[in-house]
Amino acid sequence: MDMNECKMERIYLYTRFERFWHWVQAGIVVLLGITGFEIHGTYELLGFQRAVEWHNTLGITWLVLYAFIIFWHLTTGQWKHYVPTTRMLFHVALYYMIGIFRGEPHPVPKSERFKHNPLQRLTYLGISVLLIPFQMATGLLYYTYNSWPGMGLEDLELGLLAGLHMAGAFALLVFLVVHIYMTTTGHSVTAHIRAMCTGWEEVPAGEGAGE
Amino acid sequence: MGLRRVSEAGRRAAPAVFIALCLLLGGPARAAEKEPGPGEEYGRSHTRNMTADHSKFEALKQEFQSAPEVTRACLSCHTEAASQIQKTIHWTWLCPADPKEELGKAGLVVNNFCISIHDNEPRCTSCHIGYGWKDKTFDFTAQDRVDCLICHEQTGTYEKFPTKAGFPVSEPTKFSGNGKMYYPPDYRKVAQSVGRPTRRNCGVCHFFGGGGEGVKHGDLDASMFKPNKALDVHMNVGGENFNCTRCHTTEKHAISGRCYKTPAAEDRRTLLDSDVIKRITCYSCHTETPHDPGVKANDHTDKVACQTCHIPRFARVNSTKMRWDWSTAGRKDENGKPIVKKDDGRPVYHTKKGSFVWEKNVVPEYRWFNGVIRNVLLTEKIDPGKQVELNYPVGSHDDPEARIYPFKRHEGRQPYDKVHKTMVAPKLFGPKGSGAYWARYDWKTAIEKGMDYTGLPFSGEFDFVETAYYFQTTHMVAPEKEALSCNECHSEGGRLVNLAGFYMPGRDSHKVLDIAGWGATVAALIAVFFHGLGRLVTRRNRR
Repeated sequence: MDMNECKMERIYLYTRFERFWHWVQAGIVVLLGITGFEIHGTYELLGFQRAVEWHNTLGITWLVLYAFIIFWHLTTGQWKHYVPTTRMLFHVALYYMIGIFRGEPHPVPKSERFKHNPLQRLTYLGISVLLIPFQMATGLLYYTYNSWPGMGLEDLELGLLAGLHMAGAFALLVFLVVHIYMTTTGHSVTAHIRAMCTGWEEVPAGEGAGE
Repeated sequence: MGLRRVSEAGRRAAPAVFIALCLLLGGPARAAEKEPGPGEEYGRSHTRNMTADHSKFEALKQEFQSAPEVTRACLSCHTEAASQIQKTIHWTWLCPADPKEELGKAGLVVNNFCISIHDNEPRCTSCHIGYGWKDKTFDFTAQDRVDCLICHEQTGTYEKFPTKAGFPVSEPTKFSGNGKMYYPPDYRKVAQSVGRPTRRNCGVCHFFGGGGEGVKHGDLDASMFKPNKALDVHMNVGGENFNCTRCHTTEKHAISGRCYKTPAAEDRRTLLDSDVIKRITCYSCHTETPHDPGVKANDHTDKVACQTCHIPRFARVNSTKMRWDWSTAGRKDENGKPIVKKDDGRPVYHTKKGSFVWEKNVVPEYRWFNGVIRNVLLTEKIDPGKQVELNYPVGSHDDPEARIYPFKRHEGRQPYDKVHKTMVAPKLFGPKGSGAYWARYDWKTAIEKGMDYTGLPFSGEFDFVETAYYFQTTHMVAPEKEALSCNECHSEGGRLVNLAGFYMPGRDSHKVLDIAGWGATVAALIAVFFHGLGRLVTRRNRR
């Protein structure tokens, strides 16, 4: 970081819709967490009934937003940023384990072609095609509990489903902790967050933007 | 929803009716606030449907000398009434659905109040709708032994004497049990007053079950004669003013209601499906989705009874008996006189009966219940090592007919046969020399007498055992805003903490998953903390 207090250049990485969906989704996830853990009985805040009502509304809202997010990825070609790769994966992992403490430059700086490093690609892909759909599926089933007999699901156990949904919630919580921490690893503590607000990311000059 | 539609139509028609009434009365009508009409203090009267004035009947213009004479006069017109009533549990005290005739007070059931009616009849049958059931020789087919008046008279002056097997007194008599004077009824006046039963007619027995006000049912006591809206939204005197039969639909003198092995109703139709169904359940009027569309409570009605949320507490005005310990009975003061100790107007010790615990505003017990209650019979083996549930609601989470219902759980301590391991029916009531416990204070003799009368064996050895007895809580429906909030059950240690066998959000969790989940979260926090600290330190060192 410090060694790179050389020239920085600004590149426009996150379009308006991308910023929009990111922050709305972030808000939804946080509120789902707050209401969800209340429903789970971890604490009392809104009261069980309001927590359930909010959780249901937020869940359905996320579902709608998620459909738009997927559509956006498919139509704009942004899905390409999530194609997993092992190339440089090890280097990135090593960087966060060792290099970052030595002040070494990031092995895969952000660029228009590579918005995410290989570790991010894998994480985000896993979250968006596995964890979030899993959470949505278990959540929807939970929501439709009273219709199970009509859906041919008489034998499904609510306790099992609740357990799966909770496991997903904990996974998202762990992701949230690490994700928020990782935003501080830019060239300044708030650089990445600012970028996600404005769309403009500052990268070391001549490193990423150039082809 | 159906009700809403009906009441909407009513609301639309209301202005027209109001104007018509104003014109008719020649001035502004009385305030819209509902006041009970004449004779409606104990429930909205049926007089508007009556086509006969009983004071004009020749048969009732006699100088009656005794109660059965009145009955014969009634039967001279109502030819089928006695044979109808004699088939019902009100007459037989036996469950009509039990061909073995074991279930019912007259059968082999036992409770933890006055335990059993056997050999105690003259006292217990003061609440029988008949005259003269003083022992097992009573003729259950005698039609003039039916007491029409107790259910139908409307003067409020007709009373059965507490120890005369259902008869009123023929001379003014004081009852030593409560010091109250009882007067012979003016039969002519009483007979001419008859109408359909009001809350008072039903209440004089059912609010006093177990020998006193508020003893048995936590949801039926004298406060229900004239309840306000806070106590019961349906029977509210200033509102709907339901009388009992408004819900306990009656056909040919058979009053609908739950009885031992038969649910109150197995018919899950509503008034929208058929207007001749029994209105005994909540859903028969309110349907199974009574809340606004989309309200989660509509999804609960397949597992949770209406009563569970809408009767948050029972005995909300008068206290109710929660425990009866017979084992402490028999103590006397230094002069050898019986002791009666009272607290807050309720007896807490009585030499004849032992110690009592009373409670007010009681949170019910919750059980899965499919409408069937099992009873421990006097012939059944018990396990004296633990509390004996003398009756218990049947049902489980996996029973599609079962719902979670509220109950009053009355605990007791009462005698049992140590050798045969059965409950016993002691003779409690009787004159000196009869061997009754209340005459001689000797349990062994009292049990011998009672069991001998009942035709059951007694080893001669007895002890006291802890018991419990359940009453379904279904009256005292509270106003909407008093209904339970979700948290009351959906929380750890909430009202349903004792109901096992199913997962309930907010109450249940998978402990291992919780530990793993929070463990992982804390581990992540620690990891990022030290990672960040490492970055801070190494960065400073580099400078």
